[in-house]
Amino acid sequence: MSKFNDEQLKEFSRLVARYPEGKQKSALLPVLHLAQDSFGGWLSAETMDYVAEMLQISPIEVYEVATFYSMYNLKPIGKHLFEVCQTGPCMINGSDDIIEYIGTKLGIKPGETTTDGMFTLKTVECLGACGYAPMMQMGKHYREHLTKEKIDAIIDECRKNAAANN
Amino acid sequence: MSAEKMLPQIIKNMGVKLLLDKAHVPGIRFFETYRKEGGYQAVEKALKQMDPASIVEEVKKSGVRGRGGAGFPAGMKWSFIAKPEGVPRHLVCNADESEPGTFKDRYLMEFLPHLLIEGLIISSFALGSNDTYIYIRGEYAWIVDILEQAIDEAKAAGFLGKNILGTGFDCNIYVQRGAGAYICGEETALIESLEGKRGNPRIKPPFPAIEGLWKRPTVVNNVETLAAVVPIINMGGDEYAKIGVGRSTGTKLISACGNINKPGVYEIEMTLSVEEFLYSDEYCGGIANGKRLKACIPGGSSVPILPANLLLKTAKGETRLMNYESLSDGGFATGSMMGSGGFIVLDEDQCIVKNTYTLARFYRHESCGQCSPCREGTGWMEKILKNIDTGKGKMSDIDLLWDIQRKIEGNTICPLGDAAAWPVAAAIRHFRDEFEWHVNHPEEAQKRNYGLAHYADPIHVPA
Repeated sequence: MSKFNDEQLKEFSRLVARYPEGKQKSALLPVLHLAQDSFGGWLSAETMDYVAEMLQISPIEVYEVATFYSMYNLKPIGKHLFEVCQTGPCMINGSDDIIEYIGTKLGIKPGETTTDGMFTLKTVECLGACGYAPMMQMGKHYREHLTKEKIDAIIDECRKNAAANN
Repeated sequence: MSAEKMLPQIIKNMGVKLLLDKAHVPGIRFFETYRKEGGYQAVEKALKQMDPASIVEEVKKSGVRGRGGAGFPAGMKWSFIAKPEGVPRHLVCNADESEPGTFKDRYLMEFLPHLLIEGLIISSFALGSNDTYIYIRGEYAWIVDILEQAIDEAKAAGFLGKNILGTGFDCNIYVQRGAGAYICGEETALIESLEGKRGNPRIKPPFPAIEGLWKRPTVVNNVETLAAVVPIINMGGDEYAKIGVGRSTGTKLISACGNINKPGVYEIEMTLSVEEFLYSDEYCGGIANGKRLKACIPGGSSVPILPANLLLKTAKGETRLMNYESLSDGGFATGSMMGSGGFIVLDEDQCIVKNTYTLARFYRHESCGQCSPCREGTGWMEKILKNIDTGKGKMSDIDLLWDIQRKIEGNTICPLGDAAAWPVAAAIRHFRDEFEWHVNHPEEAQKRNYGLAHYADPIHVPA
């Protein structure tokens, strides 16, 4: 089973130190982000149990939080996660077409991952980029004012990076 | 997205700018430039020349109302904080901005992080918070880095940490990331989340001012509200209150989006007319692609949608202004709300049924599930609206929708239920014939939209 390395442990300690003594459970959301980033982009039951142990809380306290918030992935995802907003202001600006275009191009539906494990497509609700619609989140950053051409370029960029890193 | 790419969206105009006046200065994101431009003078003034009670007094005098959406007077909220002996108090900054149409706090934090930090230091001093938290929505991940850098810079310059400016006041600010939940913008859900739990709103009372974070007295304020404390201290509450009109004092950030020529974040004086905001080149620049205005949601997705003919003028035929009182003129029958300042514009090609369906889907997705009227009702509304949108609706569905939203409103622990009910109610109230057209012409409705119809026709004003 995976455990935090030294650098991740340092970050864990920095997070926990923000709260009064005995209130370390407050670090749960940030620590789950850290765990997800550290262990392959998703939270397995083992990872959640490990987080519970680290924070000295019971596993159920971790499960109930991990299942509540939409950013925690409870099953494996592709190397690149496209989270496309579909709420009102993005819909008005053509997000349905963007979702369909990505789906057709990659041969997957929202919620699915390509067979090569490269891409996962997910629809999400309002991400606070309504003036720059249509948009999607990719990792830590937003990709805004999306067009079909921009989607092509982003997918090419992901494939090139993957080839370069192999 | 880089700062440079977004800069052209800052529009300078003739109105008073209290928050974004320096947003165009290169390097303003960093301490050195911010300080050179007069930053942190309000902290010096507040901590060296004022005491906490007089700061609260200035904020009260300013009349500034909560900028997150509820519009509650911030100074009054501050005055409610309990001060039991030996119990720490906390200030929490609500940066969970998630109301569809709203992206103003993101803008402020991204480009002027030190303005927020400065407001937080003064407000923490006023409220007696030595450990202050910024709860930011999880998706704004890159802004966490921007804020943490600003905090480090302020600390290095002696404006945060121990014994700030030699006054004996200690203050630390921490940035806490959420993880994707609109409900955490509700202050008690936010506190639950900050305690490492699901974002289930608490039953009030007790209010956070008495029993908040870790059962300690807590004040939760929106990003824009706390940033506004800086100009309030610099100019004084009385001067701040002179800007604007009536109970709409100071300036307001509006995030404009939808079918307009110039989407973006604008700082306005609340004496501006809706018409000027929408059509002048200084702001939205008019409807995109030469289309006509059909409808607008003026204050974030939960406030009532208005047809074009009730947006620019009130039902009484008066010019509608961009402020709390004027936007709500006419009540829900013919008015709307200022809300969070998320201004969503729909042109003549937009379908009200489809738009309402996406909003209902949003609220169903975001309901925490505690209260059955909201948990079940939002799901039913989404399904019925989807049916009508895809040509499978019945005429009785429209009345059923009305009935469901009435049974959600006012029957839940937190305002998410109301927020889900109002858009559906307003859409049926003003656009009922568009819903009926969908039901009566299911096939045609898949091929074309209802269009502008009569929604921009002048309203008959009774003499």
